[in-house]
Amino acid sequence: MIVDVNVNLSRWPFRRLPHDETSRLVKKLQQCGVSQAWAGSFDGVLHRDIADVNRRLSEDCRRHGDGLLLPVGSVNPSLPDWEEDVRRCAEDHRMKVIRLHPNYHGYGFDSDLCDQLLAEAQRFRLIVQVALKMEDVRTNHPLMVVPTVDATPLAALVKRHPNVPLIVMNNYGSVRGDAAAQLAEAGNVYFENSHAEQVGALEKLTKDVPLERLLFGSHFPFFNLEASLFKFRESALGGAITEAIQHKNAEELLGDR
Amino acid sequence: MDRRFFLEAATVASASSLLTSRQLLAELAPTNGDDIWDLHCHFSGVVGETPADRVEKIVEYADRMAIHRLIFFMGWPWSTAPKPDEFRRQNDQVLDALSKWGHRIFGFAYLNGHHPEESLAEIERCVAEGPMIGVKLWVARKCSEEALDPIIKRCGELQAAIYQHTWLKTQGNGPGESTPMDLAILAARHPNVPIICGHTGGDWTRGIRAVRAAKNVSIGIGGSEPTAGFVEMAVRELGAERVIYGSDAGGRSFSSQLAKVYGAEISEAGRRQILGGNLRRMLTPILRSKGVNV
Ligand SMILES: [Zn+2]
Repeated sequence: MIVDVNVNLSRWPFRRLPHDETSRLVKKLQQCGVSQAWAGSFDGVLHRDIADVNRRLSEDCRRHGDGLLLPVGSVNPSLPDWEEDVRRCAEDHRMKVIRLHPNYHGYGFDSDLCDQLLAEAQRFRLIVQVALKMEDVRTNHPLMVVPTVDATPLAALVKRHPNVPLIVMNNYGSVRGDAAAQLAEAGNVYFENSHAEQVGALEKLTKDVPLERLLFGSHFPFFNLEASLFKFRESALGGAITEAIQHKNAEELLGDR
Repeated sequence: MDRRFFLEAATVASASSLLTSRQLLAELAPTNGDDIWDLHCHFSGVVGETPADRVEKIVEYADRMAIHRLIFFMGWPWSTAPKPDEFRRQNDQVLDALSKWGHRIFGFAYLNGHHPEESLAEIERCVAEGPMIGVKLWVARKCSEEALDPIIKRCGELQAAIYQHTWLKTQGNGPGESTPMDLAILAARHPNVPIICGHTGGDWTRGIRAVRAAKNVSIGIGGSEPTAGFVEMAVRELGAERVIYGSDAGGRSFSSQLAKVYGAEISEAGRRQILGGNLRRMLTPILRSKGVNV
């Protein structure tokens, strides 16, 4: 049983991916033992009609996978009347999780928008996911260079919103060891393992971050799903820790939402 | 995290769910049937006083992933443009590890194209007369420059592997950092010498195209994010026989890099070639000449 909190549907804008058809994606997730996938949409990164992105996503998640896909709405607070997107995610689509892309949407963790957004999230009891990046910036399309989100002001932000669960995603060295521990301490902050690197990556991650704040994430289908899975073989974690990361922590986080 | 908590937690785990998750990983994990050779390892990502100490830690992880042979190059700390004294010192670190690890690990000699004479002498010391079986060129000098020709020529004579780092950075490469296009220029001058295009340029969508026509070039797929579709495109455009697995461990995990191969929708025969067959074929002559049977 695995809960993968970091999956995307639809199309990556710059190339086709082997599993970017939802039916194929679902099949692969099932083959690999993923029992629930928190699925956002690649469309949420660039599309401005984000209300329609979320509507399509919600429909796709209903149509495919027999409840495997948990829709994760995209919110872009730089768009006019973004508050209505949050409301629709929560009330119309019954979403429990929303996803942010501050670097693609042009704001930082120290902006007022971010404070307003987290306040709205709390009002609707939403879990907030933040993608620090989508791809290695060195391989960005030359017409679209998008630096990784600066995570420095995140500690102050989560301190101001201690009740909003916030999942840091696609963290490749942006938040390291001590800083990750401090973030977990400062707020209700979680991390996923899609970008954990170095040999024995998970052994290191479990030393840095309290176990109850670690979730399974793959960044599939942009990444090969096997990358996150194999890490449990490379690190000797033991059954209970594996279970906590692979599904129990996520189940608890979702809880009665 | 408290270690004792881990242990206590482990003992109360439910037996049935434990079994399921173990079975799952066993199914997904590399099988022992694949003879995995890792093209690209460093003494990084672990702590240890000596190179052999660090290899011990890295091999522990490699064992879990069923990786059979590992190739190491460069020592520490990193030096992007090492003077001859410095690359000799780093190669001594590799030689030290090789002397203690039998044939589980192999080594490539780190060279600097800005010092062709001393690099040639280092090839004699480490490869012709020593146990190493290839060379590593990093970011000191663009590999398209003719000054590198004697190095390539000598490696060709020795049938030593040539690993040339390449990247294609949107923000621009470093001054001496080669692109796959630079490598294609070098390869055209040495059509009979096999050369490995390290990282496939990072942006593999362009890197694969850049070396496609240069039949003596293979690609190293390690040291980048496990982006899906990489190995499928490589097999489609180059053929599995020109694709070589490597990790860039310990800075990368074996998991993320093996996933590029195990996650790819390719034939089983292709997978075996990429995971070890190609590298073993390339290195067999020089290993035989050193009395190593593989
Ligand atoms: Zn390397």
